[in-house]
Amino acid sequence: MNTPNSPVSRRDLLRRSLLGAAGLSLADNPLIRAWAASPPSQITGKARSVIQIWLWGGPPHLDTFDPKPDAGRDYSGPLTQPIETNVRGMRIGQLLPLLARQADKFSLIRSLTHGSNAHETATYMVQTGRKAGERLVYPCVGSVVSLFKGYDGGYQGQIPPYILLTEPVGRFEEAGFLPTRYKPFITGGDPSQDRFAVEGVVAEGITDQQQRDRQALLGKLDSLGRALPSHAAIKALARSREQAFDLIVGDGGKAFDVSQENEAVRDRYGRTTLPAQAVNQRAPRTRFGQACLVARRLVERGVPYVTINYPGWDTHKDNFTEMNRMLPDLDKGLAALLGDLADRGLLDRTIVWVGGEFGRTPRIDWDAPWNGGRGHWGGAFSALVAGGGFRGGQVVGATDARGEEVKVRPVYPSDLIGTIYKLLGIDPAASLPNPQGLDARVMPAPADGTPASGLLNEIL
Amino acid sequence: MKKEAAFATMRSRMCGSPAFTLLLLAMTCLACSADSVRLPGVGAPNPFDGGVAPVAGGVIDKLVFGRLKTLGIEPAPLCTDAVFVRRAFLDVIGTLPTAQEARAFIESRDPAKRSALIEGLLAREEFADYWTMKWCNLLRVKSEFPINLWPNAVQAYHRWIRTCVRDNVPYDRFAREMLTSSGSNFRKPQVNFYRAVQGKDPPSLAQAVALTFMGTRVETWPNERRANLAVFFSRVGYKITSEWKEEIVFFDIGRTTATPSAVLPDGTTVNLSPMQDPRAVFADWLIQPTNPWFTRPIANRAWCWLLGRGILHEPDDIRADNPPRNPELLRYLEQELVASQYDLRRLFRLILNSQTYQLSCIPRSASPEAEAEFACYPPRRLEAEVLIDAINQVTGTTEKYISRIPEPFTYVPEEKRSIALADASITSAFLDLFGRCPRNTGLESEQRSQLPTSAQQLHLLNSSHIRNKLEQGPTIRALLQSAQSPRDVASSLYLTILSRYPAAEELAAVEAHALKGTKPERAGAELLWALINSAEFQFRH
Repeated sequence: MNTPNSPVSRRDLLRRSLLGAAGLSLADNPLIRAWAASPPSQITGKARSVIQIWLWGGPPHLDTFDPKPDAGRDYSGPLTQPIETNVRGMRIGQLLPLLARQADKFSLIRSLTHGSNAHETATYMVQTGRKAGERLVYPCVGSVVSLFKGYDGGYQGQIPPYILLTEPVGRFEEAGFLPTRYKPFITGGDPSQDRFAVEGVVAEGITDQQQRDRQALLGKLDSLGRALPSHAAIKALARSREQAFDLIVGDGGKAFDVSQENEAVRDRYGRTTLPAQAVNQRAPRTRFGQACLVARRLVERGVPYVTINYPGWDTHKDNFTEMNRMLPDLDKGLAALLGDLADRGLLDRTIVWVGGEFGRTPRIDWDAPWNGGRGHWGGAFSALVAGGGFRGGQVVGATDARGEEVKVRPVYPSDLIGTIYKLLGIDPAASLPNPQGLDARVMPAPADGTPASGLLNEIL
Repeated sequence: MKKEAAFATMRSRMCGSPAFTLLLLAMTCLACSADSVRLPGVGAPNPFDGGVAPVAGGVIDKLVFGRLKTLGIEPAPLCTDAVFVRRAFLDVIGTLPTAQEARAFIESRDPAKRSALIEGLLAREEFADYWTMKWCNLLRVKSEFPINLWPNAVQAYHRWIRTCVRDNVPYDRFAREMLTSSGSNFRKPQVNFYRAVQGKDPPSLAQAVALTFMGTRVETWPNERRANLAVFFSRVGYKITSEWKEEIVFFDIGRTTATPSAVLPDGTTVNLSPMQDPRAVFADWLIQPTNPWFTRPIANRAWCWLLGRGILHEPDDIRADNPPRNPELLRYLEQELVASQYDLRRLFRLILNSQTYQLSCIPRSASPEAEAEFACYPPRRLEAEVLIDAINQVTGTTEKYISRIPEPFTYVPEEKRSIALADASITSAFLDLFGRCPRNTGLESEQRSQLPTSAQQLHLLNSSHIRNKLEQGPTIRALLQSAQSPRDVASSLYLTILSRYPAAEELAAVEAHALKGTKPERAGAELLWALINSAEFQFRH
């Protein structure tokens, strides 16, 4: 425990993150201890970080990355004019003009498929690469990266290795059977405000000195901690608390402080000018651009996995009104992110992965109450990938003339996720610790029967 | 011993009164020196044990202390009354005692007050809420992936389980109901047992039955025995109806078993007539009082739930090469359970009244085996639900729970406590962060609290969620504003949050902090913050 007024030296911090973080899990968690006793082979990957933009609800593939203007009004609705990009022959939805100028940096996968039309099951499949109905509930990519590239894999930053901006995904357990500490750190707060109040890290109106004073008081009053200094769980609590205080009063939290960016950069990513109370339930949309900016700041500091949860894509009703509202927001933030990452030399080591749990029904339901709505569609959907070893300007696979079925090169979630692990240097055969002691691996074995059609080597 | 007991009682009663502080300080010192002479090896004084060594009263204590003696492990002293009232509330009803409840218990002179408290807690409504939550963890009650019961069935199943717990339905009947029922998942809720599984094929059903009721993992069984068990569940049928998400679970006469006979896990062969539901044959075998496959796992689980660890551990990993540490003790609990016609509440009562359960959490013995041999009470982090309920009770606030699962959206009234939530699929950042049981597998280890994480501590130390409660909660504001003196505030806060009076050195630390120039109202708020963040509050101990 720090005594008040004693500044924590850099060396202390380093030692603490090494012993306090890595040491904590190795020493105290039998599951992880056993797992660490046989460390996976070290493979070096090209990518260091992932920014995952999760379009919760399932974005309509026909209105975004797989336009079908020739299928008629019942399929394309009013969006009949897809636009050319800066890559010849690669066209995308007409509401994404800024992104069109960055197409040389990203590739599109138009042939994703898993067949599930249920949010929670589809989310599980897309985020874990597993099929539903197995004995174990597997961790998602972010939690696996947190296990291999987080504190147990040499990461030493104060900022937790797996960050989720800003609200929980919901209806989904990221860590699956892995211990709680591999769950994402959920920031809460709103990065489009003047100060991004990250839950737990930033407390308005409490000075660092007050934080240190009350930390000292807590130290004096922690009678159970003092009576049982060597109890594993109580020791772990004390160390977790120290780590937490390091982040509260240390420099680490500044990574979240978007106000340090100049105004022109903040504007380029997109921000709301509406006062908070006027934004109401559409608030997450307006946060997106600034969340992208925060994500860039985090990967710049070596955070291995950042998810931006962007809800609102479950457009059963009035899909096109929604698209006219949301796509410009997605366009601005994502295009700025890709450009900025490239300008700063970060794109080569940062994977950007954009997509939701499924696509949306290609045939539009014009009847009331849907009024031009699209339902769930797990048969065919799209994703965008960029950076970290993914080539730009490529299109993988194709759907039929109406975007209903995959016609060329089906891609299953496990193919995409396996490729991401390959780029990160995570051994697909490495085992995952689980409480049942079953044989669980990073990637499913062929015998597990998980659909797969091969890694995306064509765009590496 | 008697003198020390008297000291402990006096100490706990007088701490609240500031007038006695000096006297108290002197007595604490006296008591410590007496302790160290009579019981060498005792650590510094602490608010958790009263210095009174346990005396084997009933059979449980004779068996536990007898074994400890042969192992050369000295048991911890008995916990203080203040520790006991908090522990009993949290363990029996998953609820923090209020300041009034704690004070009344600590100050009561009734020599039988501990057993009276246990009796009262076993009869409270929260008992049903809390133990229903625990059962729902094991029975995997959740709407969505990977269990997919859906909201209507979750509500019906939860209500059925709660009714059984509240009415103390004998455990053998509870088990048989789930194993043998047929009907709609909405109208015959216990059939959801066969839906709250990841696979509805006979081997998956057998696996769930073995884990839940036999405390064993079929993965450790020989293939043949596994296949034999699956036969009993090979005629379970499912069909949907025209009502959204309704499903009928039934005995499917159209399906036949591969052979006209089946082999029970104990090796007995039984004949199955085509018109007889094989699930009933299995259930009737299972719940016989003489069947160790049935009584042993539940007796061991009950012990594990109250003492943090099974006599046989893991409690759902019973196999020949994982013997119980204290077989006589386990056998005794089994006998008692059978003798009471599977009255689980009676078994709880028996365990809770033992001196073994009432030991302090501060071990006397340095043996690494002390905790596993029940030589002290094992401190554990509070479950997510219990923790947030406790914070809400202290501050007078509530949680707003919203189900994002449509058809139908579940409405959760704001005053509903977290331990009473039916559905593990209800989205809650706090419950997820603090490791709510995900209800995926039915394993005991899934509902056991894990090591604290720094993200959890960030949330408790500094989040707006907790800060708003501490700064604006009506109950806690009233307490802080009714302040007579800093000492009174300290006493009230200790009693409200930690269910005990502050010790002299703690009062001194609080006063020193207040004298550092902190404004009086701020000093109270900071003490509140510190106590909520203490290990003592976050753990059951």
